[in-house]
Amino acid sequence: MVEKKTVFNLRDDFPTLKRKVNGKPLIYFDNGATSQKPSSVIERINSFYQKENSNIHRGVHTLSQEATSMYEEARNKIKSYINAESEEEIIFTKGTTEGINLVASGFSRKILKKGDEVLISAMEHHSNIVPWQLACEFSGAKLKVCSINEEGELDMSEFESLLSEKTKLVAVTHVSNTLGTINPVKKIVELSHKLSIPVLFDGAQSVPHMKVDMKDLDCEFYVFGGHKMFGPTGIGVLYGKKKWLEKLPPYQGGGDMIKTVTFEKTTYNDLPYKFEAGTPNISAGIGLGTAVDYLSKLDWNAVHDHEKELLKYATSEISQIEGIKIIGTAAEKVGVLSFIHKDAHHYDIGTILDQLGVAIRTGHHCTEPLMKRYEISGTARVSFAFYNTKDEVDVFISALKRALKMIL
Amino acid sequence: MGVNERAQELIDDFNLFEDWSDKYEYIISLGKDLPEMKKEDKKEENLVKGCQSQVWLIAEQNGGRVYFEADSDAIISKGICALLVRVFNGQLAHEIVGNDLSFIDKIGLKEHLSPNRSNGLVAMIKKIKTYALVYSNS
Repeated sequence: MVEKKTVFNLRDDFPTLKRKVNGKPLIYFDNGATSQKPSSVIERINSFYQKENSNIHRGVHTLSQEATSMYEEARNKIKSYINAESEEEIIFTKGTTEGINLVASGFSRKILKKGDEVLISAMEHHSNIVPWQLACEFSGAKLKVCSINEEGELDMSEFESLLSEKTKLVAVTHVSNTLGTINPVKKIVELSHKLSIPVLFDGAQSVPHMKVDMKDLDCEFYVFGGHKMFGPTGIGVLYGKKKWLEKLPPYQGGGDMIKTVTFEKTTYNDLPYKFEAGTPNISAGIGLGTAVDYLSKLDWNAVHDHEKELLKYATSEISQIEGIKIIGTAAEKVGVLSFIHKDAHHYDIGTILDQLGVAIRTGHHCTEPLMKRYEISGTARVSFAFYNTKDEVDVFISALKRALKMIL
Repeated sequence: MGVNERAQELIDDFNLFEDWSDKYEYIISLGKDLPEMKKEDKKEENLVKGCQSQVWLIAEQNGGRVYFEADSDAIISKGICALLVRVFNGQLAHEIVGNDLSFIDKIGLKEHLSPNRSNGLVAMIKKIKTYALVYSNS
């Protein structure tokens, strides 16, 4: 358990948490949408534009060389942080969505054929559904969906039975953004690898809550964004095993991704640059490196215990309110609490909570098929980060009670 | 009363409120008082797109005036429907089209005009104005 003082100290690193909203101290419980940024990240981006701005990978001048080495250093930090084999396996993207689209586009053009299958799950974010629908439409492959139980856990026996020689890829989320479920990723890899099927994990919601280890996990692709892990928006990472990244064709054409260009034939650059066409979001890449520095210093066991405690406390408090139903009660969850009320619309709850300074998310959370599975139109979702506190949960609970009193 | 008088009446009502909770309680009570739309009218074609909650709007004209009925599954959205119905219901089509909507700002609901709010106020107004425009031309 993180000492209260420790959490308090961490809060001090996040300037946004000090502001007021509608005259009340901000309680930021929308970390699943995006996290707040520590001062070190904000300052790093500021200092890049104040003193270091220049383009990377081409200039012979000092500024460009400095910017290049800072950008590449960020890649190296990420490589070490997720324990990848080499920097060649770390592709910078705009975010999780682009990472998945990159892989889906490559699979649709190079690997998927008519009659092949891609296996996803019923709890996927639209970002891990639509790219595969497009890929299947293009290639004639079929999208298969593994169901979940009422608690919001993958049906692993169904998962196993859906795997076959037709399956060319398994693409599943590591952590559900709506339910908070932590999927059994190691088991998924183990079952898929038995049939030599590559696995992609959508890590958008896992990286803010846990350290991930690519060598240990052994998946072929792992995709995440910077902004949910206390880094900047507009930058993300696609991890891919070298062998697999080499198999895939370039995603976009342009500068930086080429070796030589003639009108007759262009040869592509080596990994990771083959997938990085055009000038990237340099400041965000460097900022993500700083976010990774910040995360590397955290005691992750303590963070884990603290978030677990917050979730347990909030779950028990909210369960005592009449009419509330929690959506997503998996045994293994991160700090995400989705709920509905039998007579109050999630939109009304979110609107009144905002007036009381509490920021939560309402709606379908870009998981419409999942909403359909539960036969609901949306939920109100509280999502924690390590800087949230039990005191904030108390304020949220009393705000929720007040909101319900007003609405009902 | 014309559109502008009704809007002014609403502004006067809202001026009495001291804080946000009075305002929201009022909107919620308006929502609760607004009669429920008939089930058969709550169909896809009457849905106002762009709302996080479901909002339905129907209109008919009679003698150059446009009559609205609206409903929502969320009570704040329904209250906002009630506000709009109060201002625009039974008004002359060209007056509805010509209203500059400044009353929304004056009653302190400007924040709801942001598309991010997704309560559909913008979409609702657009649909009301579209009906009025069609009827003023017919």
